[in-house]
Amino acid sequence: MTAQIDVENIATGYDDLQVLSQVSFSLQPGQIGCMLGPSGCGKTTVLRAIAGFEPLWQGRILIDQAEVSSVQTFVVPEKRNIGMVFQDFALFPHLRVEDNVGFGLKGMNRKQQHSRVQEMLAIVGMPAYAQAYPHQLSGGQQQRIALARALAPRPGVLLLDEPFSNMDAEMREQLAREVRSILKQENNTAILVTHDQNEAFAMADQICVMNEGTIQQQGSGYDLYHKPVNRFVADFIGQGVILPATVENANTVRTDLGIITGDSPIADEAGAMVDVLIRPDDVVHDDESSESAIVVEKAFRGADFLYHLRMDSGIEVMCLAPSHHNHKINERIGIRLNVDHLVTFSRH
Amino acid sequence: MTPHNARISLSSNHLNTVSSSPSLLQRLWKPGVLLLATLFSLPIFTIVSFVIHPANEVWQHLIDTVLAEYLLNSALLLVGVALGTLVIGVGCAWLTSVCLFPGKRLFAWALLLPLAFPAYIIAYTYTGMFDFAGPVQSWLRASTGWGVQDYYFPEIRSLGGAVTMFSLVLYPYVYLLARAAFLEQSICVLEVSRTRGCSVWSSFYRVALPLARPAVVAGLSLALMETLADYGTVAYFGLGVFTTGIFRTWFGLGDGAAAAKLAAILLLFVFTLILIERWSRQRAQYHNATDRYRSLPQYRLRGYRAGLAFCACFIPLALGFLLPAYQLALWALETYSYMVDAAFLRLTFNSLELAASAALLAVVLALFLAYGKRMLNSKTINLSIRVVATGYALPGTVIAVGVIIPFAWFDNSIDSLMREHYGISSGLLLSGSLFAVMFAYMVRFLAVSIQAVESGLLKIKPSMDDAARSLSHAPGEILMRVHLPLMKGTVLTALLIVFVDVMKELPATLILRPFNFNTLAVRAFELASDERLADSSTAALMIVAVGLGPVILLSHSISASRAGS
Repeated sequence: MTAQIDVENIATGYDDLQVLSQVSFSLQPGQIGCMLGPSGCGKTTVLRAIAGFEPLWQGRILIDQAEVSSVQTFVVPEKRNIGMVFQDFALFPHLRVEDNVGFGLKGMNRKQQHSRVQEMLAIVGMPAYAQAYPHQLSGGQQQRIALARALAPRPGVLLLDEPFSNMDAEMREQLAREVRSILKQENNTAILVTHDQNEAFAMADQICVMNEGTIQQQGSGYDLYHKPVNRFVADFIGQGVILPATVENANTVRTDLGIITGDSPIADEAGAMVDVLIRPDDVVHDDESSESAIVVEKAFRGADFLYHLRMDSGIEVMCLAPSHHNHKINERIGIRLNVDHLVTFSRH
Repeated sequence: MTPHNARISLSSNHLNTVSSSPSLLQRLWKPGVLLLATLFSLPIFTIVSFVIHPANEVWQHLIDTVLAEYLLNSALLLVGVALGTLVIGVGCAWLTSVCLFPGKRLFAWALLLPLAFPAYIIAYTYTGMFDFAGPVQSWLRASTGWGVQDYYFPEIRSLGGAVTMFSLVLYPYVYLLARAAFLEQSICVLEVSRTRGCSVWSSFYRVALPLARPAVVAGLSLALMETLADYGTVAYFGLGVFTTGIFRTWFGLGDGAAAAKLAAILLLFVFTLILIERWSRQRAQYHNATDRYRSLPQYRLRGYRAGLAFCACFIPLALGFLLPAYQLALWALETYSYMVDAAFLRLTFNSLELAASAALLAVVLALFLAYGKRMLNSKTINLSIRVVATGYALPGTVIAVGVIIPFAWFDNSIDSLMREHYGISSGLLLSGSLFAVMFAYMVRFLAVSIQAVESGLLKIKPSMDDAARSLSHAPGEILMRVHLPLMKGTVLTALLIVFVDVMKELPATLILRPFNFNTLAVRAFELASDERLADSSTAALMIVAVGLGPVILLSHSISASRAGS
């Protein structure tokens, strides 16, 4: 299958300041990708480069196999057949909802336009609001209209720039799932930019974690969580602690909590000191266990507790326990390791 | 490398490719903005440069004779106008924002009407009404049988009279900003003070007024800037202040340098006021502690209290607008048959044409500057636009002097150059031309149009441009389909305000106009100076009528908008 969008080794920046370097990824038709990273990591710049708001210093971008950006080529944004949803929605305040949604429908007669607008409003669940003005809508409703407006001209790629950041925390994930199902229904290729990993997990098929202008790792949410390739990804995605360990052999390390065996070879030689990533779900609460630790902090999260525990060696780990295991602060509880994915980082 | 290059050369045949380098237009924009900014700040720099200019005998003479008088009169004028506008402005603002009494809704906007009167016009009207030969004193003598020496009547043409005139037409600045501040105050703050045992009236002194203070100070400094800028009133009343002093020194003593030095001192006053105003506005932004607003409680006044409130609002409205407008209308009815002739129509047309072209030019330049600021987002440009925007605070006399000096220098240099090389005289090219008048208008009024256009542009977020481009619209189409409809209102407002300001403008026009070129404002001033007050009424009435336009706009927006709703 050929890619719908291809970003090949791009670099760009503002004035003298380089913001991106060596960014490459591609998406198949109908796939939803995500640029995930802390603020200032360059994720929005990637989106703006694809949209044609920033020229490239290096590399090239292809949409539907046509080159739209390279050092020599630059197709203006209005000719790229992209759709974009903005953080502040950017609805036109002087136009009714139907005119906003119909804004990008060129080369259609009125009747076709009208029926496409109605179709889009139905898809986003707002057929009753065609005559409303943007300021009469709630944030979530404006969000849907912005999505309908971007999707109406059937763009080759839909770009979403932090589209949920103006929403309540509860609404975000729900909207992310809704938007995903709308995109899947229409088989749209889309790229989401966000700093919120839950949003990324809820929406994207493929996630690029970015930091300081480069892609740190690409993959599914599962891979990023369980198989982070570097400390940044390990730290940015999910929670966890780093434990010191000694390499025993090609796929085994020894820690204070016991011996951990992984399914892939360790880069460092036997006897070397390494760091091991321990996720809260790697530490299992077990009263029978010979290892124990003291509860330092706990957070009730509904279905489970997240415990911060201090071991006798002074090292702290986190432990996710079912919520009926309610222990007090300073209580000593039994724990054992149950690590499915051994993640080690060399020490330099 | 070869396959890579091959691919690129293939795709660069793509039909819609364009260069990504900035367009010619964009490259010309920045130098254009800087050129305009330099040009329009020339008068300011000219005047400021005279601060360090060595003093001459004329200047020494001024110091010995009149400078103390100018300083004292200006100070008294400022103090008097400050008190007058504060009492009227803050009082009426509080009554119309918090109290309920008969006529309150009407007063809320009608209290702005005096803004339509330039101070010099109300001054002529009152002088005509209260002069010895005017209707009031004539009636007094006729009804009491008093003779000339039998009674005391206050002299209108005095410092006290000037303070009264300025207070009557300038209080709306304080009123407008104070009222907005009272309405924006969170109900919570007032309610807290009530729960602490303060009555409505003591809440006013202890909570509402201190909270509104930055807004009140901002309004006050605007009113005082107008007072300092005035020439028509003080000249007519024969008061020695800076604006009249500049005139006398320039035309009476024929000394440009000394006049410019006086202008520089006046500028010092003005800059102080600008600083106070900016500082107050900044503080006003921090004075709203919450976002929660609800309709303010209305404190219902009954009986004599309602009557007092009604009078408190009615008197400024009557004295500042109704009475003088009525008097002007009476005079106009008496005199129009011989005043409205071909010459009058000619100068009306002059005024309208001048005001319309100035308004158009000011808006076009403002669009250029504001779009430059938006697109280029550079510090130099932001700074130069700020410098241009200080022009509005400059008195017309100061601007006129600041324009005449460099223009005359330019004319003389060209003339001597021409004589030297070609033996011909080029005469006066810029000085005394309509170009000089228009240039001075731009220096003074560009700030107004820039402010309006910028506030309109702020409503168009950059993401809207991006959204429209991602929806297949080229920049030209975006201008037509997004910017134009969103900017229409503010651009029209800017046109209207500059138009009216130019119609009212007196001192700069008086100094810079070409020979035999008259405007309504200049004509009204000339007739009044010749003691033909009734004859000046047609011109004055037209200026006031035009001035009503922005007042109506303002009153619409204050009754429509309220924070949080």
